[in-house]
Amino acid sequence: MKALTALFGRDAKLAVRAGGGAPVAVLFFLIVVTITPFALGPDLALLQRIGPAILWIGALLASLLALDRLLAADLDDGSLDLLTMSDTPLELALAAKALAHWLTTGLPLVIATPLLALFLNLDLVASAAVAATLLVGTPALTFLGLAGAALTVTLRRGGLLLSVLVLPLTIPVLIFGVAASNAAIVGPLPFGTPFMILCALSLTGLVIGPVAAALALRSGHD
Amino acid sequence: MALIDYANPSKFISLTDRLLPWLIGGAALALAFGVNQVFGAPEDYQQGATVRIMFIHVPAAWLSMFGWMIMTISSLGTLVWRHPLADVAAKAAAPVGAAFTLICLITGALWGRPMWGTYWVWDARLTSVLVLFLMYLGVIALWRTVEEPTRAARAAAILTLVGAINLPIIKFSVDWWNTLHQPASVLRLDGPSIHPDLLVPLLVMTLACGLTFITLHLAVMRNEILRRRIRTMHLLQAQRAPGS
Amino acid sequence: MARAEPALRLTATDLACERGGRMIFSALCFSVSSGEALVVTGRNGAGKSSLLRMVAGFLAVAAGRLDLAGGDPERSIGEQAHYLGHQDALKPALTVAENLDFWTAWLGGTGDIRAALAAVGLGSLDNLPAGYLSAGQRRRLSLARLVAIARPLWLLDEPTSALDTAAQNALRTLMHDHLARGGIILTATHMPLGLEGARSLEMGVRP
Repeated sequence: MKALTALFGRDAKLAVRAGGGAPVAVLFFLIVVTITPFALGPDLALLQRIGPAILWIGALLASLLALDRLLAADLDDGSLDLLTMSDTPLELALAAKALAHWLTTGLPLVIATPLLALFLNLDLVASAAVAATLLVGTPALTFLGLAGAALTVTLRRGGLLLSVLVLPLTIPVLIFGVAASNAAIVGPLPFGTPFMILCALSLTGLVIGPVAAALALRSGHD
Repeated sequence: MALIDYANPSKFISLTDRLLPWLIGGAALALAFGVNQVFGAPEDYQQGATVRIMFIHVPAAWLSMFGWMIMTISSLGTLVWRHPLADVAAKAAAPVGAAFTLICLITGALWGRPMWGTYWVWDARLTSVLVLFLMYLGVIALWRTVEEPTRAARAAAILTLVGAINLPIIKFSVDWWNTLHQPASVLRLDGPSIHPDLLVPLLVMTLACGLTFITLHLAVMRNEILRRRIRTMHLLQAQRAPGS
Repeated sequence: MARAEPALRLTATDLACERGGRMIFSALCFSVSSGEALVVTGRNGAGKSSLLRMVAGFLAVAAGRLDLAGGDPERSIGEQAHYLGHQDALKPALTVAENLDFWTAWLGGTGDIRAALAAVGLGSLDNLPAGYLSAGQRRRLSLARLVAIARPLWLLDEPTSALDTAAQNALRTLMHDHLARGGIILTATHMPLGLEGARSLEMGVRP
């Protein structure tokens, strides 16, 4: 446990110190949300209607692009080798890394959501609903992305390939995230059902992501 | 002492040591006087007391552009004249400029709430300021990413110049985009030309905010020079230790 | 550190390594016991680094077997070993002490970090970001890991690279102490290390 808290603390520190990528993800999110109305036009009624979708797409892209360096940085400086030499299982190590990553990049996206919701003219209920769905949904994105990051790092590729591999896997998260948000805003479906499925997706991701990532690292490592 | 001597960081530090207390006092007095003027100004017959937001909103908007101008000149100083303080000035202007841009956005949103019934509309002018804010954040992110100051300075200078060339293009495009889609619900801000009773407080507030900007800019520059000295001392400490 | 380690014996039997469909080495046999150092030599590409990485558990064993007799049966060989490779595994944004703290916690050590930094001559730099260190100092910081965490098997790939004479002497002392405590050292190098009584294994020579 001491080893895992140390790893969690190290990754969180690295993300927020100068040169860390955590603030850049929020900035990216802000830019995606800002750019969309330039394509759609400044019609507030339209933006309000599709606001949850814009926010979800923005958060999805921001979480995935930020994952690129999650394992690549550790591969480049040799840390990844040493991470496998502990009696702490690699699966738990990867889960700790993913949690630290979510806390420093996923959670700020959730916190920024109510602010960005103002730009899209969402009311209080709607912006709270989107923030709540992102809060329980973005961990699933991070954990699925972790598996993709492990696959691409063994191939020494990253960036777009990571997104191409992982984006199809995130479709259920997107479906239930936007469904739950819209259910809270316009109905007629209850908010609870898609929201619970979203929670389930994140919990499933917590198990599948680190196990798949550890498998990918072990098989592709050399 | 010639002006060129202040290019020396040590001279600059001793100059700001003497100047900063006066500047801080002056800026505080000017702001106090300006706020007093603002509350002495008559209320607008249409907008009521909310018109007073203008007295901070408009100076902030002007200074948001002033900040990028300082960065542009400093970037030329970095790339062309290789002035030793230029990149310090450019780096220090970014957070100050971003702060004034943010003030402009927040006051714009607060003003928009009673005017438009919503905190944000994609009005051409507000949207341009938002894009400017994003560009400031981009420059700050670039400064944060590169640890070594001289390398970061060149990259940030190029980005700033490209931004400066693009700003008018962005402004023009956003205006065109907005008139193309002009939604009927948006009221135009430009009413009749401004009354002298409002103009005087506005000018006073502009001067006060400008003085605040310069004070903050000098203080941040000073901090940056000191921070770089600490970094140099750390590097020297590592160099003198065994095994370097 | 003074506790008597049970006698250990690392044995390789008919070991083979395959990378990218190419046989790097095969039918490799050796054995090292507590208190012994094995210096692996050979031309470039003979598989010295691959051998160390295989013992550390980073590479799959293509054929043959590796055993550590007398070790902890619950843990793999890699979990009882230190690996010092070409990369330093240091984060420039963390301080010297934070870097060592992390690896000590992660690799399950309880050692004294101050003492370990002092042993490699970095005692005065513990609060500096690791990014400010020179190549030699970074190497010393990696070596501090071996001091802070007690593990019986040391796998050292070109340990003297980037080290000056003083640091090489310090390394030699560390290696002697480790052997005296009953440790095992497996090292790949082109340079003479000055270890008395070290055995050598030349790779890449076909019998």
